[in-house]
Amino acid sequence: MGRIRKKKSGGTPELSTASLPDIVFMLLFFFMVTTTMREVDLKISLKKPRATEIQKLERKDLVAYIYVGTPKNSATYGTEPRVQLDDQLATTQDIGSFVVVKREEINEKERPLMTVSIKSDIKVRMGLIGDIKQELRKAQALKINYSTNPTTSEELFKVY
Amino acid sequence: MAKRSVPEINAGSMADIAFLLLIFFLVTTTMDVDKGLNRKLPPWDDNPIKETSTIKEKNVFVVLVNGQDQLLVEDEYMDVRDLRQTAKEFIDNNGDGSCDVCKGSRNPESSDNPAKAIISLQNDRGTSYETYIKVQNELVAAYNDLRDELAQSQFGKPFDLLGEEAKKFVQDKYPQIISEAEPVSLGGR
Repeated sequence: MGRIRKKKSGGTPELSTASLPDIVFMLLFFFMVTTTMREVDLKISLKKPRATEIQKLERKDLVAYIYVGTPKNSATYGTEPRVQLDDQLATTQDIGSFVVVKREEINEKERPLMTVSIKSDIKVRMGLIGDIKQELRKAQALKINYSTNPTTSEELFKVY
Repeated sequence: MAKRSVPEINAGSMADIAFLLLIFFLVTTTMDVDKGLNRKLPPWDDNPIKETSTIKEKNVFVVLVNGQDQLLVEDEYMDVRDLRQTAKEFIDNNGDGSCDVCKGSRNPESSDNPAKAIISLQNDRGTSYETYIKVQNELVAAYNDLRDELAQSQFGKPFDLLGEEAKKFVQDKYPQIISEAEPVSLGGR
């Protein structure tokens, strides 16, 4: 007994690190819950336009994404802007069946709430976007969202 | 014989394992929330009937965008920067005096009231997406500004913070009517 007490006395008391794992676990769970894995590999280059009057997309599970831009691999796919659905480049004709498939994945009650988010590069010409919109209208996907980055109104008109 | 205690598992490496997982999730995480301009498309019509309803020309605010990203608003060349103010003046004009909350100039040549004011947008196939979004943004901003102003004067807070009923009231006063024509090809790119 005496010997033990002698050992402990003197020197600064050590900081207890026993709660360190708890803290780390807490952070871990936070990131696990908030994380969303990147759903697709972008095969096109994408620079989103900026806007001020934006709204949040509330329910991510009700959103289907359409990507538009010039292919990154221009040697194989050329330099004309293309449409990307899921993981592959497609044409505007494929959008109809893509929407149908995505709609099937949503449970029946919430199907009218489905939104199609168009993520397009700023350099894309409106001819292509217009074609996409026509296809969406034919497929009865009428709720759309033009994906943009937030900005302030002073920044909006700056030219880079 | 001395009692043997159960050997404890060394939990010292627990923190390391947790750190490893934490760093993995930190790296793979993408926190960006999707944001954008919400719009609604008109339903598809296989054989569109030619428009026969009579809309007075003064109630239509025509915005044309060409392949060189230039704007023609009400037959005049305009910079995108001025679009918001011009659109606001048009919507808020209140030509027939039926809108009790409008502060417009009541110009008889411009729109009758916000419920009748239609913004018509047409772009070329060669218009860039960036310009298109800017124009859309400015038109939506014009409506949002007017709604905010009304919400401020009527309820003392911005539109976003209003309750359901107050929101509906403001929306009824300034309904958002933006009509989009199919893009045309006017040459250029």
